[in-house]
Amino acid sequence: MDALINAAGLVFQVDVLIVVVLSALYGLFVGAIPGLTATMATALLVPITFFMPPIPAVAAIVTATAMAIFAGDIPSALLRMPGTPASAAYADEAYRMTRKGQAELALGASLVFSVLGGIFGVMVLSFAAPALAEVALKFSSFEYFWLVMLGFTCAIFIAGDDFIKGIIAMLLGLLVASIGLENPAAHPRFTFGVIELIGGIPLIPVMIGMFAVSEVLRYASMRLRPVMAIDRPFGNIFAGTWKLIRTYPKQLLRGATLGTTVGALPGAGADIAAWMSYAISKRFSREPQKFGTGHPEGIVEAGSANNSALGSAWIPALVFGIPGDSITAIAIGVLYLKNMNPGPTLFVENPQNIYAVFMIFFLAQLLMLPLGWMAIKMAKRLLQIPGELLIPIILLFCAVGSFAINNSLFGVIVMLVAGVIAFFMERWGFPIAPTILGVVLGTMLEEHFFSSLVKADGNLAVFFERPIAGALGVVTVLIWLAYALKPFVMKGKTHG
Amino acid sequence: MRLIDRLVGIGLVVLGAAVMNAARSFPNVPGQQLGASTLPTLVGAGLVICALALIVRSFRPGAYRNAPSQTAQSVESSSGEPVRERIGPPLALIGAVLLYVFVSETAGFLLVAPVCLWIGFTVLGVGLARAIAWSLAASIVVHLVFYKMLKVPLPWGWVPVLY
Repeated sequence: MDALINAAGLVFQVDVLIVVVLSALYGLFVGAIPGLTATMATALLVPITFFMPPIPAVAAIVTATAMAIFAGDIPSALLRMPGTPASAAYADEAYRMTRKGQAELALGASLVFSVLGGIFGVMVLSFAAPALAEVALKFSSFEYFWLVMLGFTCAIFIAGDDFIKGIIAMLLGLLVASIGLENPAAHPRFTFGVIELIGGIPLIPVMIGMFAVSEVLRYASMRLRPVMAIDRPFGNIFAGTWKLIRTYPKQLLRGATLGTTVGALPGAGADIAAWMSYAISKRFSREPQKFGTGHPEGIVEAGSANNSALGSAWIPALVFGIPGDSITAIAIGVLYLKNMNPGPTLFVENPQNIYAVFMIFFLAQLLMLPLGWMAIKMAKRLLQIPGELLIPIILLFCAVGSFAINNSLFGVIVMLVAGVIAFFMERWGFPIAPTILGVVLGTMLEEHFFSSLVKADGNLAVFFERPIAGALGVVTVLIWLAYALKPFVMKGKTHG
Repeated sequence: MRLIDRLVGIGLVVLGAAVMNAARSFPNVPGQQLGASTLPTLVGAGLVICALALIVRSFRPGAYRNAPSQTAQSVESSSGEPVRERIGPPLALIGAVLLYVFVSETAGFLLVAPVCLWIGFTVLGVGLARAIAWSLAASIVVHLVFYKMLKVPLPWGWVPVLY
């Protein structure tokens, strides 16, 4: 109880509340601009949060991302251009609703079901994370090794559609993480005599490069001429949403549950949750023929799924230090910078900080209703801001932000190299998420792998002896086996 | 994509082999058979195996039948026009960042940042007067935010210290 009161004291301070409101507006703005993603919003925030105390820093990230994921639905409905990848699953549906004269219903449903899904995800986070942390206190290097492996497995197999490229992407991330002195023998690896490389590749400039610079380059490489699908003022966006809640309660619950589950899996986040939910919604719908014609059912389910995934992605991030999605990958970097090292001990030593994070999550969801309504009302003006004016300024912001982390131009070089590599990886079909996981988790994997191997003393069965480690290990190995054997099974079926 | 996979695959085989070769010189932890070379050796071997699998797959007929779109988040224009890809603007933006890296320490942020921004605005089609005005205004705002508010030591270079 004391921890709760202390947490409220940390959150309900004027400076924290100002940060929450400002980052909410910032998240809405970035999310609503097509081409600027929620992950990019987070990456761009990091240099600013670097100079804040821990709670406002986390508050800024939590609020901005929640708003950005919702705001991504606005250009989906009006321009058929998803503001963030998490909105892509139902962008066409929302746009068709707008063309049918139902822009208010499409956007109102997006907003209300984002809030409801988000609250569901945060509730699960608030209950599951502390309970899981108690279990995690007893974890040894074996459990952590398998958790990291499960994270990679989810990122490669569940979130991606080309597993060879997914594995390569992960290995490239691990290679980046292996640069420098931080290894069991403390030997400078792959430093080529460059002093800056001895400390390893700085994480934040890599994130800014891979998530923001690559998007800037992608945006600059395209010439888009979006067409606004509405030329009249908006009516009441909340009219009809109550009817949707009564008509589709099962879809809301199913979307929020699936989103929360996918979000909690290490490595898979809001975008994949939305795609899966939309597909499931159509599969189990009584009116599947209406999907793709401007029907709100899929928006209800996938809209609640992507926002619920946001909250639950923080479960593995806070409890184990393993990112649930690319946003929490960046957030983990910030937590380390703020000496709020993620892990079960955080729940024991500083429970007030954890409860403060949960409260900010709730606050952000509640703020989404009025601010989201305002953003929709201003949408037409917001979407007229020319991208060609924003892009160079964002790039300058990335460069200065990467410099600010260590006051070194080396950070800017790392940012640029990471951005160019990510740009080409996306073009050539290599997923970015496994690379980021590799960079973030490389040191942790090596540490736990090494100490597990030393403990095992040549007997690899020890990796499966402890019950939780064994279960995690078996699940991981089964997923790999299932994918390895899939081509042979398919071949057998074809011949059969 | 077929050709790209082959070329990238060859590059990755070379990279993986180089990593494994470099890892051979890394020391073990005293008293252990393991050490600094364990992870890089596994990563290098994994890269070689996966890259070979990528190359072999690229020769299989029908391997790209169900290939996903070229970019994970490819955007389709709502006007129905195909999206034209341009190589010039991204290259110019990369050049602008390189200019910032190599010249900002000497010339100073307030001289280099407007030039970098102007390059960016111009290649993206912003008119001259607007580009100059936005370059100057944005540079000053970014400098005020990072130098004055956040105390980031952005270099003054040739510009006298103003505040």
